[in-house]
Amino acid sequence: MNFEKILEIPPFSLNEAEKGKLLTERLAELTKLHCDKCGKYRNMLEASGFDAEAVQSYKDIPFLPVRLFKKLELKSVSKDDIVKTMTSSGTTGQAVSRIYLDRTTSSNQQKAMVKIVSEYTGSGRMPMIIIDCPGVVKNRAMFSARGAGILGFSVFGTKKIYALNDDMKLDVEGLKNFLEKYEGRKILLFGFTFMIWQHFYKELLRLKEEGVVFDLSNGILIHGGGWKKLASEAVSHDEFHKRLEDACGLYDIHDYYGMVEQTGCIYMECECGHLHASNFSDVIIRRPLDFSEADIGEAGIIQVVSTIPESYPGHSLLTEDEGEVLGIDDCPCGRKGKYFKVNGRLKDAEIRGCSDTYAAKF
Amino acid sequence: MSNLEKYNAAFMECLEITEGQLAGLKYQDITAWDSVGHMGLIAALEDAFDIMFDTDDIIDFNSYEKGKEILAKDEYGVEF
Repeated sequence: MNFEKILEIPPFSLNEAEKGKLLTERLAELTKLHCDKCGKYRNMLEASGFDAEAVQSYKDIPFLPVRLFKKLELKSVSKDDIVKTMTSSGTTGQAVSRIYLDRTTSSNQQKAMVKIVSEYTGSGRMPMIIIDCPGVVKNRAMFSARGAGILGFSVFGTKKIYALNDDMKLDVEGLKNFLEKYEGRKILLFGFTFMIWQHFYKELLRLKEEGVVFDLSNGILIHGGGWKKLASEAVSHDEFHKRLEDACGLYDIHDYYGMVEQTGCIYMECECGHLHASNFSDVIIRRPLDFSEADIGEAGIIQVVSTIPESYPGHSLLTEDEGEVLGIDDCPCGRKGKYFKVNGRLKDAEIRGCSDTYAAKF
Repeated sequence: MSNLEKYNAAFMECLEITEGQLAGLKYQDITAWDSVGHMGLIAALEDAFDIMFDTDDIIDFNSYEKGKEILAKDEYGVEF
């Protein structure tokens, strides 16, 4: 099954059985493709005793630890076909993952992402406020996860403004003018959780005390990159929502979970506060002791599978995050597929995520 | 300026290339036309023709020739 076929299906329309069939077919093909094209991947599978013929379900396909992309150069295309190398966010001195993309994989990432996000925002484009500094996308040779996130979402923006300058200070005048110009229009806001909190929310709060109030009740905010730092400041998900609404009227807020190793198939939070897996990908929660699949409501290590990666063997990965499946096909929001929550990083795991690595400085 | 001139000018300015490089040029053939350059090019074309691309068209826009095809569609109505 090629990826174009998967793109034609509405991203949250398949039930568990239908989606299982699609994922099994596509991921088995990807496993074979990467075995053929990537010697290191093939060696790992052979050493683990993997038997492709015995695969009944996509859940039988081995996963690679996500950390491996920091240690090994894993790719299934020749150097000449690589158009972009993406790196994970890391704190200073930390090794970063390198993900090699060819045209097809890079383009499919963007296509999948647009299909998913459109289910939340509608397909129309909006004036967009990027809650970050323009410097993030300047260094084009090294593409960070933070820059990739901003660019990926930029497709939904018409006119754009960076709300922060390169010193991470809020551009109060710029923001004021922008909001005046697009008064009454639906506005897209995008940023990383900690930056929003530290450099946007706190500044709005300070300005409010001085009598300068911004009205963002027409806004829809999409944010991601990790909660670790906010959790340590005892700012919960609900608190984050409530405080933003109090500060600027912003109430349409969606968190997302995603990683540079599987760019494109992000997991977005619905109106009920649940993260959803689309047809393009899935999460499988594994018990830490034997890697068997956990039950619904049972916390474990998050494995992610994606139908997108053709240029690198990253279609099945074990993350260092802990989460739990909340249900399948029956979220009140109407979206089919698994819905889940992320509890945080595994104990002793490295800090990662665009929000958390940045926050490590504070 | 004719529509073709406007179209070419947007490419040449955004991607810093010459007219001779336009024909057959594909997304990611040159470093300037990466995802950052692409969004800049889209914005320049939207300004030049006073239109707004659909998200799907921004993604399908993967070559100099394909862009002309997209702009010629009814919703944008740019004639070359």
